[in-house]
Amino acid sequence: MLSAKPGPSENDLVLLKVEGLVAGYAEPVVGPFSFTVGENEIVGLAGPNGSGKSTLLRALVGAARRFRGSIERAASLQLAYQSQHGNRPEELPLKARELVRLMDGDAAALPPRLQALSDVRLDRLSGGQRQLFYVWAALSNPAPLVLLDEPTNNLDPKGVALLEQRLLDLEPGRAAVVVSHESEFYGEYVAE
Amino acid sequence: MNLDLLFDPLFRVPFFTGLLLAALLPILGLYLRLRGEWLAALGYAHIAGAGGVLAPLVGVPIIAGALGGGALVALAKGLLRRKGNDTYALFILIGWSVMLLGAAYSHHAQLIGQALIDGQLYFIGSQHLLTALVLGGLVVFGLPFLSRLLLREHLFPWHDRANGRPVRLQSVAFDLLAAVTIGLAATAMGVMAAFAVLFVPAWIAFALAPGWRWALLLAATMSIVAYLLGFVAAVLFDLPFGPALVAVLVLFTPLRLLVRPPAGRV
Repeated sequence: MLSAKPGPSENDLVLLKVEGLVAGYAEPVVGPFSFTVGENEIVGLAGPNGSGKSTLLRALVGAARRFRGSIERAASLQLAYQSQHGNRPEELPLKARELVRLMDGDAAALPPRLQALSDVRLDRLSGGQRQLFYVWAALSNPAPLVLLDEPTNNLDPKGVALLEQRLLDLEPGRAAVVVSHESEFYGEYVAE
Repeated sequence: MNLDLLFDPLFRVPFFTGLLLAALLPILGLYLRLRGEWLAALGYAHIAGAGGVLAPLVGVPIIAGALGGGALVALAKGLLRRKGNDTYALFILIGWSVMLLGAAYSHHAQLIGQALIDGQLYFIGSQHLLTALVLGGLVVFGLPFLSRLLLREHLFPWHDRANGRPVRLQSVAFDLLAAVTIGLAATAMGVMAAFAVLFVPAWIAFALAPGWRWALLLAATMSIVAYLLGFVAAVLFDLPFGPALVAVLVLFTPLRLLVRPPAGRV
């Protein structure tokens, strides 16, 4: 596990506290795992494919089974969750800006690269462009804690750089848990 | 050809009932297509048909049997947490067999079964119109709220559940709305016409519309235009309404070819 830059201060609230978590589906897949996420913190979960990173994230939102351990969320904490295997329909008449609004984000605040594509249907974007919009939509949600599962999938270097900058610019008080098999992704902004 | 027939007061209630259903069904069809459950129309329509045929056998009004049958299986689907077209394929088989077996058991049920196949819109009464108005109100006031949740649950699964929102309840509410509306449409315009109105405009709008709001507008407009043409053709040429409407909708299907292939990706 990698913890964060810019790093929480002592006054920051703990948003999420995971202790001894063992998670899976029919059988345990990952754990035991312990970590905390505070305000202004970005926590990265690194590891090879199949190591159970996504399962851990899914356990945090209730999509995977918790066998042992505890997950404590700050009172009335809201989450934004972007799953690795979310539905990406082959055909869908939904503009990219409509996807952002669906997550209560402000489509007018998109960076120029995404703004230029915001009126295009999602199914007419490339895989990388589509992925960037999904991740951006999750980050645009006002929830204090954002959970991103393999956000760099299909992204070109410019897309990865845009995402890194967005994470660095996360609004004060917000935090993120990022799962990625690409450990170099964390090098830019997450301290080991 | 007698044009006066179009303005005959006898046709007013059937006309407005069909018009309302023609506006509502394609909108529901878009959300069913989003969930990959476009077969729902045929599934619920067959169950409604079975309910309609069984209703007189157990002393219940036909419309109550049709709508109740749809509502029951929609609830069962929700409770069993079944998703996808497989469940609707089963509904088709159950509905079809019960409908035909019921029709074999009594002459009255046989007539109802035939009406469900032909789609004789002209014989429906104010009960259908009132039910359609109530369903229209539910769609107009309830769907804007449900729409956001249905789209989000599909594109960002678990996001709302992680925040404690009653996703399952909303899904069952939509299933019930769809089942009852399709049931009403099946008893008013026939099983296959109800399926066509739900399936074809949504199928075309999915390919052509530039965004979700456009898809809603396009699907509803196409359906209403097809309904008007089908109604006029059926009255003027003395045709059964259901097949006339389906034939018009089939004529719309080449519109899907207007879509540009994905090679033009940005």
